[in-house]
Amino acid sequence: MSKSLNLYSGLTLGSVAMLVAAYNFADRNITPMPDTGRVLGEAPASLDMGFMLSPAVASTMPSDGPMGIGRVALPEEVAAWDVDVRPDGQGLPVGSGNVSDGDDLFQDYCAVCHGVFAEGVDNWPKLAGGDGTLDHDDPLKTVGSYWPYLSTVWDYVHRSMPFGNAQSLTPDEVYAITAYILYSNDLVDDDFVLSNENFTEVTLPNVDGFFVDDRDTVELPVFSQEPCMENCKETVEITMRATVLDVTPDQTAAREAFQAEEAAEAAAEAAEAAEETAPATEDTAAAAPAETAAQTEAAAPASGGLDMELVAAGEKVFKKCAACHQVGEGAQNKTGPHLNDVMGRPLGGLEGFNYSKTMAEMGASGTVWTPETMAEFLTKPRDYVKGTKMSFAGLKKDDEIAAINEYLKSFSQ
Amino acid sequence: MTASSNDMKSSRRAFLQGALAAGGAVAGATAAKAAGPDPLITEIQPWANGLGDGVDATPYGMPIKFESDVVRRNVEWLTADVISSINFTPIHALDGTITPQGCAFERHHSGAIEMSKKDYRLMINGLVDRPLIFTYEDLERFPREQHVYFCECAANTGMEWAGAQLNGAQFTHGMIHNMEYTGVSLRTLLTEAGLDAAGDLSDKWVYVEGADASSNGRSIPMEKALDDVLVAFKANGEALRKEHGYPVRLVVPGWEGNMWVKWLRRVEVADGPVESREETSKYTDTMADGTSRKWTWVMDAKSVITSPSPQSPIRHGKGPLVITGLAWSGRGAITRVDVTVDGGKTWQQARLAAPGQPMALTRFYVDHDWDGEEMLLQARAHDETGYVQPTKTQLREIRGLNSVYHNNCIQTWWVKPSGEAENVEIS
Repeated sequence: MSKSLNLYSGLTLGSVAMLVAAYNFADRNITPMPDTGRVLGEAPASLDMGFMLSPAVASTMPSDGPMGIGRVALPEEVAAWDVDVRPDGQGLPVGSGNVSDGDDLFQDYCAVCHGVFAEGVDNWPKLAGGDGTLDHDDPLKTVGSYWPYLSTVWDYVHRSMPFGNAQSLTPDEVYAITAYILYSNDLVDDDFVLSNENFTEVTLPNVDGFFVDDRDTVELPVFSQEPCMENCKETVEITMRATVLDVTPDQTAAREAFQAEEAAEAAAEAAEAAEETAPATEDTAAAAPAETAAQTEAAAPASGGLDMELVAAGEKVFKKCAACHQVGEGAQNKTGPHLNDVMGRPLGGLEGFNYSKTMAEMGASGTVWTPETMAEFLTKPRDYVKGTKMSFAGLKKDDEIAAINEYLKSFSQ
Repeated sequence: MTASSNDMKSSRRAFLQGALAAGGAVAGATAAKAAGPDPLITEIQPWANGLGDGVDATPYGMPIKFESDVVRRNVEWLTADVISSINFTPIHALDGTITPQGCAFERHHSGAIEMSKKDYRLMINGLVDRPLIFTYEDLERFPREQHVYFCECAANTGMEWAGAQLNGAQFTHGMIHNMEYTGVSLRTLLTEAGLDAAGDLSDKWVYVEGADASSNGRSIPMEKALDDVLVAFKANGEALRKEHGYPVRLVVPGWEGNMWVKWLRRVEVADGPVESREETSKYTDTMADGTSRKWTWVMDAKSVITSPSPQSPIRHGKGPLVITGLAWSGRGAITRVDVTVDGGKTWQQARLAAPGQPMALTRFYVDHDWDGEEMLLQARAHDETGYVQPTKTQLREIRGLNSVYHNNCIQTWWVKPSGEAENVEIS
């Protein structure tokens, strides 16, 4: 991987700054804004219209201007929410971060989905690579190959990442992660430090790769011709078929499940009807619920002492985990390790999965997954296992944790 | 072979006259003959004998179980997980134009959050005279508006750029819904905050942002913001659903769905666009030469036949057949829809169920006499600006194959003699 600065970041600071300024200037002034004269000119009139329709209403409500609803936003409130960052650096807080710290942070918070080198895991977004692919089939659109502005990276990481624990990174951490993403795209050296002061000196390669929607001039005239209605073609051939590709989700399974449910219901109804025709004595009627209870108890050991209702609840909660973890028949390691037989296993104890250092160490020193350790971990993953790669923020409700434990137990027998 | 409804009426009349002439002995290709008495008629059925559910059996009703397959569906391989993902409206099984909220497609970037009206706050800030905070109750005190609009994801039909891929109208065209919204115009709220501080409005923007962890935000030119953008809190008469942004979402008529920010928490008046993730790295259209269109907000005119279609095959054999579908345009009202059954050799105008409304779905019908032979079905929408929905070839000539978003091409269904249908491309 080349560590040398390339054209985009390698120009002297002065000329880069000038180019950025020139671009911003051009962007602001050449970008054709929609013709606003009409609507803006009429805005007050159209505001009036709603009230003018009914004179009685108009007399009781102001026809324009403030109605005195709401309250003034406090500076602290605006500061808390107004954190978006613009290409010219507007909105950036004071701070800095280097590639090396960014690397560490990236491995902890981001690599689980975006890969160690920002190359992406599974279907999760790839943040590096793809240089020169935009005019190829299936172009690889990454920060390096596609994104026009670095401000977008900073802003997005700051407000929306890590996935499942957004807005948890400090400005310095965001500067560092942004620096690492630049580095992983070969855009800066490994000793690069990004700060609010040099931020606008970095220009992304594809900054000039965008143009404002031109459909009105390029497409509208072509697509506004009176079309042919008769004798439009001599022959028609099928050139491509979706069923050959066969990627559509199968809906027959759902239909069959529904039919099976119907059949089961019909059988239950039939059984009910049969019972009704053989009237039960009071004794047997009273015995029936007790019998059912006994059966349930007897059945319990068969399901390994599991509370099946809790297992079912756990299955629902597990949807929050399923993005990264598989469990059940054929479960494999994905972004996170598979969770079959997790109960009783040492932390970090699944061979072939690359755990965080702390997780592996805790397991090596004898900590084992039990409902108790799992509950502690799931309440605040990062507090229980410092530096865990799991970016999930944790479960807030005790009953959800209990349900997850029961669900995982059902795969640990 | 096609027959207009007039032809069909007259041929039915002729048939009835013929039958009368034959002394009432009705026998013909269209009159099916029962093998024996239908027990559903001759025997007393449980529903005609016993009692049904009481009034409070379901305080909020769900569709009857027989309709349980009319649901949103997901295409698993499209996205990495279901939290940042999309599903599809079952348009193949619906009729009319209003989409019930319960089966209207969902698109989340960080999952559907649970926010109460009590916890809801909306901030208006930036270049305004008074930065303001509104509660939900505050919003209810402003003059209200009601409008029906479609909301279409820019990626609807996006999987079909390179070729016929997904086999069903739900999957090819189901990233759309159409609801009647109640809310307050954004113009009203901006006026409340005062726009004098913004000076000349012609080069100003608003940045709108959601309250969920994705913090989805988009920049909208002031002209649109003051024109018809709605801050909505009701859809189809009831509160928005959680998955559609309860308690408050933005409605940006005719423009791509990503701008319809859910759980709207902030509107900032600014002197330029933010160039957020969703308006740079996503929702931009890459052309064949590698350059990309940005700010492609308007959804062009489009239509699709919803039935027959792969998920809604013909089961009744030849004879009278209802061909139906939906048409819409982000530029205004649908004025006409053409339909072909022979892959575009000849076209006929479909019957619009009601005159097209601006930026809302329009339902169309063709009452067809199917001869039982294979059909290549297509629909073609026209809107009030004179725009005619293009073929996929026409779009590819301009945009190439990698555009991903804004695919409004004419869709083809190949209906076989069995009545089964398949998504195909034709010459």
